[in-house]
Amino acid sequence: MRYLPLTPDDRGEMLAVIGAGTIDDLFVDVPAEARLSGPVPGLPLRQTEMAVERHFSNLARKNKAASDHPFFLGAGAYKHHVPASVDHLIQRGEFLTAYTPYQAEASQGTLQVLFEFQTQVARLFGCDVANASMYDGSTACWEAIGMAGRVTRRKKAVLSGGLHPHYVSVAKTMARFTGDTLDTATPELGGTDMDRLLGAIDAETSCVVVQYPDVLGRIEDLSPLAAACQAAGALLIAVVTEPVALGAIKSPGEMGADIVVGEGQSLGVGLQFGGPYVGLFATRDKYVRQMPGRLCGETVDATGKRGYVLTLSTREQHIRREKATSNICTNSGLCALAFSIHMTLLGGRGLRDLAALNHARAVQVADRLTAIPGVTLVNDSFFNEFTVMLPKPARAVVHELAAKGVLGGVSLGRLYPGDAALENGLVVAVTEVVSDGDIAALEAALKEVLA
Amino acid sequence: MNAPNTAGWRPEMGEGHIAHDETFTGNRALMLEERLIFEIGDTSTTGVDIDPAPAAASRLGGLARAEAIGLPGLSEPETVRHYTRLSRQNYGIDLGFFPLGSCTMKHNPRLNEAVARMKGFKDVHPLQPRETVQGALAVIDELAYWLVTLTGMDSVAMSPKAGAHGELCGILAIKAALEARGEDRKVILVPESAHGTNPATAAFAGFSVENIPATEAGRVDLAALKARLGPDVAGVMITNPNTCGLFEPDLKAISDAVHAAGGYVYCDGANFNAIVGKVRPGDLGVDAMHINLHKTFSTPHGGGGPGSGPVVLSAALSPFAPLPYVKREADGSLRLVEEETAAEDQPDSFGRMVAFHGQMGMFTRALAYILSHGADGLQQVAEDAVLNANYVLRSLEGVLDAPFGHSGPCMHEALFTDDGFAEGFSTLDVAKGLIDEGFHPMTVYFPLVVHGAMLVEPTETESKAALDQFIGALRSVALRAKRGDPALKTAPHFAPRRRLDETLAARKPVLAWKGDRGE
Repeated sequence: MRYLPLTPDDRGEMLAVIGAGTIDDLFVDVPAEARLSGPVPGLPLRQTEMAVERHFSNLARKNKAASDHPFFLGAGAYKHHVPASVDHLIQRGEFLTAYTPYQAEASQGTLQVLFEFQTQVARLFGCDVANASMYDGSTACWEAIGMAGRVTRRKKAVLSGGLHPHYVSVAKTMARFTGDTLDTATPELGGTDMDRLLGAIDAETSCVVVQYPDVLGRIEDLSPLAAACQAAGALLIAVVTEPVALGAIKSPGEMGADIVVGEGQSLGVGLQFGGPYVGLFATRDKYVRQMPGRLCGETVDATGKRGYVLTLSTREQHIRREKATSNICTNSGLCALAFSIHMTLLGGRGLRDLAALNHARAVQVADRLTAIPGVTLVNDSFFNEFTVMLPKPARAVVHELAAKGVLGGVSLGRLYPGDAALENGLVVAVTEVVSDGDIAALEAALKEVLA
Repeated sequence: MNAPNTAGWRPEMGEGHIAHDETFTGNRALMLEERLIFEIGDTSTTGVDIDPAPAAASRLGGLARAEAIGLPGLSEPETVRHYTRLSRQNYGIDLGFFPLGSCTMKHNPRLNEAVARMKGFKDVHPLQPRETVQGALAVIDELAYWLVTLTGMDSVAMSPKAGAHGELCGILAIKAALEARGEDRKVILVPESAHGTNPATAAFAGFSVENIPATEAGRVDLAALKARLGPDVAGVMITNPNTCGLFEPDLKAISDAVHAAGGYVYCDGANFNAIVGKVRPGDLGVDAMHINLHKTFSTPHGGGGPGSGPVVLSAALSPFAPLPYVKREADGSLRLVEEETAAEDQPDSFGRMVAFHGQMGMFTRALAYILSHGADGLQQVAEDAVLNANYVLRSLEGVLDAPFGHSGPCMHEALFTDDGFAEGFSTLDVAKGLIDEGFHPMTVYFPLVVHGAMLVEPTETESKAALDQFIGALRSVALRAKRGDPALKTAPHFAPRRRLDETLAARKPVLAWKGDRGE
């Protein structure tokens, strides 16, 4: 087998050193009745590299790749152009095949990257400090709710109706077992539920969770909410599923959010059918000891040279066990590297230019689609994603568009099954990868489907 | 701090001041120093050419960003150089032996990287209509079949994002099953030698945690465990093989006792590499076990992640498995069971753990690894991993104390202690000495049940020659610790940095660059 270097002679020599007669002598602790005498039945045997590659090529061909079609899906995962150097650099073996940097002197590369990543995320979100990543946006969101509970010693979280429904589901799953109370809603179409949120904050509220831009793409000033939370001793958690937006709009931290979490997939990582992605988590300096996840910090070595180490580990499971701030161990290191490289290539200037292009493209598409009879725009404001109401259920429309080779958006029927008020809604994302031809194709296909 | 490093020549030293071991740059030939992007970059620079935006009236709702972001950019050549230089300050499996116990740092085949990057997998959106993603769903379905069959379990939840997330999945399934029985059991039992994630997970899910002691042979104390079982115990979390590198021969008896007392058995599958293809956990009475695809099935660790932690479940827990999962229809097509049809397909599901459907990029890699090995190759994996570990264990007899070496063979990892080191010398010194020898150190100070633990997991992808070289190096360093070589106290001497001050980092945390934000 090509990945196994030991030869039969090696195995014999090594067994002799050990003093064992056969390999099965090393498995004596496995009860004999449970030990398998041969390969697990019902499974195929080894295959060549070529055969395995062919198998996957055949499966890959059964999928419609985003880059092969006019593509307008978003709702928590966005297609952006990732410079070729990003994927090249993350495949360097010293990054790809390294472990968590517990041995700092052998891991300065990963650690400096994490320090830079933390700084980039903190600045992007307008916060003091960020951690070294979480699994994804949805789990980062629940971790933020948990952290708000620890900070405020309260157990009621108020979730905006504009929060991605999967994020709400994750929070509901966890809250059922932790005993937290969640105040949730589905999206209002007439406007956001800001009034509901302001009215729901009380002395029991640990936090208010609001997505920015929200799941329908709307953008709203969070400052009044931040002030109301502060007055009530609750924390404001802002959730950003499209970090590119922050090249164009104010950061949540700037508007007073206490914790900002996000999905970083847009930069460097790609679509990947939902994972792995990279959870972003940032907050104020004063809450750092309540943060979940790994943190990289600056220090010096024995000769005074600057270096980096994992730090404040007494928050974490491997030290604190059942008293840890989270059970997270493995995070999303390589995706954080990809995010960081892409962000380094862009810089603040590139991010602004990219955001401006995304927004202008989205405005164009919104204008074109709402010119089709029966199509109306839900949003007063948006960045690169907006919601239109169609004259019939959007779910079927999405399938009909796909049959015409156009991946036209995410239906609210998929996100909110059974909600009649939302079933005609279609969430359309428009990034820099969308060409004029793609826009014309979507417009033409939608006209045909709605005709 | 927050200043460029002070290595090398500086102007105030004067022209004549470069000593024989100093350089003008602070570089050491092929080992190049690299400053932070915030020091070398510029907020007006970008390494990406972007088309100008077409004219369009802003609809940003009056929230256009006015404040500078403060993020520097680098041109592409500078970017490539920055990260290439940083990469060379890292140790990886590609470079050498990485015997980190409990972490299973094995070779990462590049076929798996190529497969994961096929356009049909990497460039597919999680919410695309199902008829456009049948190949992606087929990968999940095929991997699920392998995992269920290799473990002899009933079903598998594929969405957990990493090992600890998988633990959470199993523990939530147990909690949901107890709720369905109308029972409110509050206690999870965890052996002292468990990974920290076990007690942290149980607490995260609202359980209280109690420790079970180990026997002198390094196994769970069956009598103590049985004595603690009762109507308040929801279940146990057992790592098998355990973190001392030993198989738990009583696991079936433990399972039977826990089941008889109305509880469930969670098995931490972090060490599945030792037994894959040799024994099925389902045959030992396990109710739930996570599988770290980034360990046993070789998806790269990437400097800390991503992982992937599918959880195999027994028939008793399967009804409570999370959403979404892949279901094969009568016509052979595949679909995701999500919230919409949960009431019909999986009415007792405890819900969703994560947005979307799990770590697709890890599924493709793990399945490529599995198909390459086949059932026969996977059995060889476990056998070679165990052989390599025992070879290390026996080859160091008389040099390092092996606390359980007398009780028979180990599984995939060999455990040593600091017994016999000279006064003032510790496991940490040995670890740092190994860095100078060109190895990544083993896991240190874990498990907590022995003093100064050193846990060596060679994995099956090391040759005998590589093992022999490591054994020689570890013997040399251990003997230096035993005779008290002062040079070992200040190791590493040849790494990109000398020993780093972790106390300072924690006492005065500097977690972000605080320099100029200008734009």
